[in-house]
Amino acid sequence: MTGQLAFDVAHLFAGGLVLVSFMLLYQDRMTGLINTFALHALVVSLSVAWQAAIQDAPHLYITAAIALVVKAVVIPLALHRIVVRLGIHRTIEPVVGIGLTMLAGIGLVALSIMVMLPITAQAGTLAREDLAFALSVILLGLLMMIARRNAVSQVIGFMSIENGLILAATGAKGMPLVVEISVAFSILVALIVIGIFLFRIRERFETVDIHLLHEHRGEQP
Amino acid sequence: MSAGSLVVAAILVIPALGAAVLALLPDDRIGGRLNAVASFLTLACALVLLVERPAPGPFLIVDDLNVVFIVLSTLVGFTTSVFSASYIAHELEAGHLTPAYLRFYHAMYQVLMFGMNLALLSNNVGLMWVAVELATLTTVLMVGIYRTPAALEAAWKYFLLGSVGIALALFGTILVYLAARSVVGEGLDAMAWSVLVQHAAQFDPALLNLSFVFLLLGYGTKVGLVPLHAWLPDAHAEGPTPISAVLSGLLLNVALFAVLRFKSIMSANPAALAPGPLMVTLGLASVVFASLMLYRRQDIKRLFAYSSIEHMGIVTFAFGMGGTLANFAGLLHMTLHSLTKSAIFFCVGHIAQVKGTQRMADIRGLTASHPVLGWSLALGVVAIAGLPPMGLFMTEFLIVTSTFAREPALAVILGLALLVALGALFLRLNGLAFGDPDGRSDPAKASFLPVALHLVLVLVAGIWLPPALVSWFQHVATLLN
Repeated sequence: MTGQLAFDVAHLFAGGLVLVSFMLLYQDRMTGLINTFALHALVVSLSVAWQAAIQDAPHLYITAAIALVVKAVVIPLALHRIVVRLGIHRTIEPVVGIGLTMLAGIGLVALSIMVMLPITAQAGTLAREDLAFALSVILLGLLMMIARRNAVSQVIGFMSIENGLILAATGAKGMPLVVEISVAFSILVALIVIGIFLFRIRERFETVDIHLLHEHRGEQP
Repeated sequence: MSAGSLVVAAILVIPALGAAVLALLPDDRIGGRLNAVASFLTLACALVLLVERPAPGPFLIVDDLNVVFIVLSTLVGFTTSVFSASYIAHELEAGHLTPAYLRFYHAMYQVLMFGMNLALLSNNVGLMWVAVELATLTTVLMVGIYRTPAALEAAWKYFLLGSVGIALALFGTILVYLAARSVVGEGLDAMAWSVLVQHAAQFDPALLNLSFVFLLLGYGTKVGLVPLHAWLPDAHAEGPTPISAVLSGLLLNVALFAVLRFKSIMSANPAALAPGPLMVTLGLASVVFASLMLYRRQDIKRLFAYSSIEHMGIVTFAFGMGGTLANFAGLLHMTLHSLTKSAIFFCVGHIAQVKGTQRMADIRGLTASHPVLGWSLALGVVAIAGLPPMGLFMTEFLIVTSTFAREPALAVILGLALLVALGALFLRLNGLAFGDPDGRSDPAKASFLPVALHLVLVLVAGIWLPPALVSWFQHVATLLN
């Protein structure tokens, strides 16, 4: 396998992840959003597996497997069940219009490339592009958390940020096992959030629309 | 295995074991006491670290800087657990919590202690990140424990902002590793803090700069620096009061400690951006903003939450100014603020229970209806407002005067903001503590030992600091330069 091919494929996956992040931004139905998130997780696990192969780092396969099993299969299935049970599989209410969100997303990607590429010149070509893409995915995830007011969308936005972090961590060659611990940890986060918060919010409000929560602020000026 | 590493292991194992036992223990009456016992044992082990410490390993380290934080953290952890035992028993009687939630609460308390101790002890920047995340998640769950709409909103807001902050911090951590990798080589060494500081001079400055921006914003969210503070007042107001005390007294410090660790890496590299101005800006913004916000508070816990933002701003400002004197004052201010603020929250917790409300308009004349409680609160507010003879007066004085010598304009802003905050606190204290008592007034069934201990320590620090302590803090202050 030539170095150039390894590099191109790694690039393909990282670029693909940014693309799927954009797809997350314009989903207007809950089921579509969850399926796109499953695709997001699938791409990240492929990317990690590829990094494991080219870096000769077998422990990264564990990370890839976790991403595949938990984030691409288990969590989407659980979210589907929640969404159906709560009857919120219809449309997602955006705070900002889809067109505007996409434009902001393009701006964020441009920003992260402009910030990362000059700075990481010494970090090696592979890490360099990976980091620029990873920062894009993180910023797009943040944008999604801001631009959607539904709790499920926000959790998905958060998990896409986690995927971006995995991309960055695996791109940094030879980063110690601690990252894998932290990745397993973040999956736990996702589970805790889905399990506890959504059900608690549901019990109290008969809705998971975060917007309604703001009426209950502890203090009115 | 040396005695030192045994002690370090014990500081981590006791809370972990405590959490497991408390989670399994069915009897809720023993829970609170066991929680206090576990916290006391951790404190005892932490005190041993003052005399006996192990050699740094790849994951854990004990040095002059973190010993201060660990002793403070375990001390406040212990006193809060004593307060929590009486507070939470009352919550159970009042029907705010069920026994099952109480078990969960006590187990989570120990998990939180474990997370904070691990974050303070870790030598590996990745491990530190994991520990801070663990501590954050635990507090998210505890803030939402009452399951009222307001508590859920607070927990959700805290979770969202906290996790975003933590994501940024991880990205910064990865960048630090990248900067170190080309110098130190791959593997655990490139994440060990002790190794990083030694080699920081050769790191790529551009990468370090970028990483510090992410780390400051990420951990700064957890410190509660403006404009990333939005979670803090809600989380303090809606969670159980012992958690407000631990949040203000300890968790904010842990996050600040993480910032300090990375600041010393930045300072060790001459070509990198000076971290000082960034921290000074964020710190000063927090002080000014929080002191103005103090005026319009109606909820007593929110009032003191904003006061925490103000004080973390002062500490960040002091560390940003740098220099031995400012560092010394910042370190001491942080310690005394932890003690004072948790004492205030102990009082506030009991006040909210005897009056059945957190609205300040409904609380009046505490010194007449509950003399001990009222006067403790008054003393606490005097301390937190930075009046003599309490210790915080001395540290604020040191910070303002040392700034005056170097940046007079900044010192004027800081001094004015402190006065504004003082005015707001006294305005509120007047209403709370004096006048004719009215409204509901249950007898206070409280243990005043934790409050008294903290306030006496703060008072003594204002009058006389033991020379050993002074030389220790001075030594740490020089290390931070």
